[in-house]
Amino acid sequence: MTGHTEMLGATMVLKALADQGVDVVFGYPGGAVLPIYDELFKQNRVRHILVRHEQAAVHAAEGYARSTGKVGVVLVTSGPGATNAVTGLTDALMDSIPIVCLTGQVPTHLIGNDAFQEADTTGITRPCTKHNYLVKRIEDLSRTLHEAFYVARSGRPGPVVVDLPKDVQQTRGPYLGPEQVEHRSYRPQTEPDPAKIAEAVDMMMAAKRPLFYCGGGVVNSGRKASELLTRLVHMTGFPCTLTLMGLGAFPASDKQFLGMLGMHGTYEANLAMHGCDVMINIGARFDDRVTGKIAAFSPGSKKIHVDIDPSSINKNVRVDLGIVGDATSVLEALIAEWKRRDARADGKALDRWWRQIEEWRARDCLRYQQSETLIKPQYALQRLYDAIKDRDAYVTTEVGQHQMWAAQFLKFEQPHRWMTSGGLGTMGYGLPAAIGVQIAHPESLVIDVAGEASILMNIQELSTARQFNLPVKLFILNNQWMGMVRQWQELLHGGRYSESYTASLPDFVKLAEAFGATGLRATKPQDVDGVIARMIETKGPVVVDVCVDQKENCFPMIPSGAAHNEMLLGPGDEAKKPISEEGMVLV
Amino acid sequence: METRIERHTICVLVDNEAGVLARVIGLFSGRGYNIESLTVAEVEKSQRLSRITVVTTGTPMIIEQIKAQLSRLVPVHKVSDLTIEGPHLERELALVKVAGTGEKRVESLRIADIFRARVVDWTIESFVFEMTGSTEKLDAFINLMQPLGLVDVSRTGVVAIARGPEPL
Repeated sequence: MTGHTEMLGATMVLKALADQGVDVVFGYPGGAVLPIYDELFKQNRVRHILVRHEQAAVHAAEGYARSTGKVGVVLVTSGPGATNAVTGLTDALMDSIPIVCLTGQVPTHLIGNDAFQEADTTGITRPCTKHNYLVKRIEDLSRTLHEAFYVARSGRPGPVVVDLPKDVQQTRGPYLGPEQVEHRSYRPQTEPDPAKIAEAVDMMMAAKRPLFYCGGGVVNSGRKASELLTRLVHMTGFPCTLTLMGLGAFPASDKQFLGMLGMHGTYEANLAMHGCDVMINIGARFDDRVTGKIAAFSPGSKKIHVDIDPSSINKNVRVDLGIVGDATSVLEALIAEWKRRDARADGKALDRWWRQIEEWRARDCLRYQQSETLIKPQYALQRLYDAIKDRDAYVTTEVGQHQMWAAQFLKFEQPHRWMTSGGLGTMGYGLPAAIGVQIAHPESLVIDVAGEASILMNIQELSTARQFNLPVKLFILNNQWMGMVRQWQELLHGGRYSESYTASLPDFVKLAEAFGATGLRATKPQDVDGVIARMIETKGPVVVDVCVDQKENCFPMIPSGAAHNEMLLGPGDEAKKPISEEGMVLV
Repeated sequence: METRIERHTICVLVDNEAGVLARVIGLFSGRGYNIESLTVAEVEKSQRLSRITVVTTGTPMIIEQIKAQLSRLVPVHKVSDLTIEGPHLERELALVKVAGTGEKRVESLRIADIFRARVVDWTIESFVFEMTGSTEKLDAFINLMQPLGLVDVSRTGVVAIARGPEPL
């Protein structure tokens, strides 16, 4: 073979990773990947982070990918290694995170024989990956690896699995570099249709009550997209709201920002969604947590939907103008067209719209009852925000009430600073994700805002944090309940708190010490500031057990099956509006 | 929202690689779409391309989703909705086994002749008819064979192609 270098399959894997610019892999060894681990041992180019569970390897790679914009890489063994990774892969698929996951497989001659640690990995992961491969011939190996990276990061990003039988790892074959490989057919459209850009600007110029509704697509498109979005929002003077996945894509401190929208979004954002006449959706997907009851969703608006994935357009909500393209390209085109026409919004109408929005904003929907004796979770987060807002900080979360409060009370001025499991809602995401973020940003402050139930789902990763000296901070809002489950049981199931209380919780301070981390605790509001300060100044991993009010619920809230204008603003609202039968069956 | 249920015939050109059919079928079952018929075979050996013809039903919004979801599968080259892209032909092949003797046997042969079905296997008490045509024509033939001793049917599902000189 002229022009090709011959090498062992396992060597090729490391070579391909290096050629793809990979500097870190999150993984866990096992029988079917031993040849790759052997090659890993012999080189210095790619660093390996040993996790304690394969699910955590994927979440760590997600944290790494979300905070850097690069592809996150995972290496696990066959069978249980691969099946343990499934939750992480599904999480990455739902939130469009670029991941390449290499899984070991039994030798090709044993596939299908129920061999030890055999699982049909490509079969199992087919619906939870963007694409997957089983490499049966050494001749296909290097091409497949490069394709996997291309597919993971192109178009709408997502996880890609490459299943590697052990005999392929141990066979010699020709290596192709990334520049020699081109995908046969996969070419996602990134440039928008200019006619549609013109039409969008027409609609924006005619708007009386416009609104930008933007999401994770802007973040995924890269830092430039957020800058462009900020520019366009300023040029037009329109209000802007962001989804959970989009937080940071537009500066939270900007006066044109209405806060997050959706089930636990702000009053002003949701009422603006309900009342707008032109909606400009960039990189959000009309998720059910955002739309509420579809039939009553933003009934009077013309909708523009910009998405890189054509299947997102007209999936949940029928729109008036669908634009397929990458957020950066579309925003550039919109700005250029707006400038070319020297366009102006309808100033009078816009003034009226802003006055209306300011009235809604004056309701101060995130207000809560402060307490002298109990730590309100909102208070703890407000104090946390004050302590970190001028620092180089990254925040991850688990899933539940604490996650929604964090989204409400921590404000993000830049993209890639906020890592949360939005689509799949995976409890146990935050700690491993924080580990991935800390690996990518060793000098930064990385905080996992957690609940005591979620954190126990991947608590073993404290051992990883200790091993690699990762100073991640776990800020646990401990109310001893699965808070969001309890809140729904209170609102929807007559206060029958079935299995949502956790008895026999561990002592988190001692638990931290057992892992070689520092444990801190706050039990009174007066403790909060001191504990946060100590958390930040303590070197190494820290676990903070913030014992919060057990009964606090997360408001505002759009009950399931309700429309945006049927929000519950606080505890006083609960009794008035019974939840519909239709709403009860939704999750 | 539009709730009218439509029937569409969609052609999908895919890389003929392991698992590609599972991806397509998994997409339909995972997202709750209907499959009325599905056929697949390699159509270009040199380029390893297979053609899948799928007949599906749904509201216009669902049909649009099905096409968009199919298009974003990585090994899919092209998705074409023949139902809306102008005139096209649909054909299906059936092998129909009819067992019996006497007048019923004669009658089945006579009807087969009218339908231009061919006899491809016979014993003194049975025929296997081969018949090609539209789904409706095959349905009609099979219904007529029912009282005449129909014992077994095997159908290919629909294959389809656009009329005129243009390729897919």
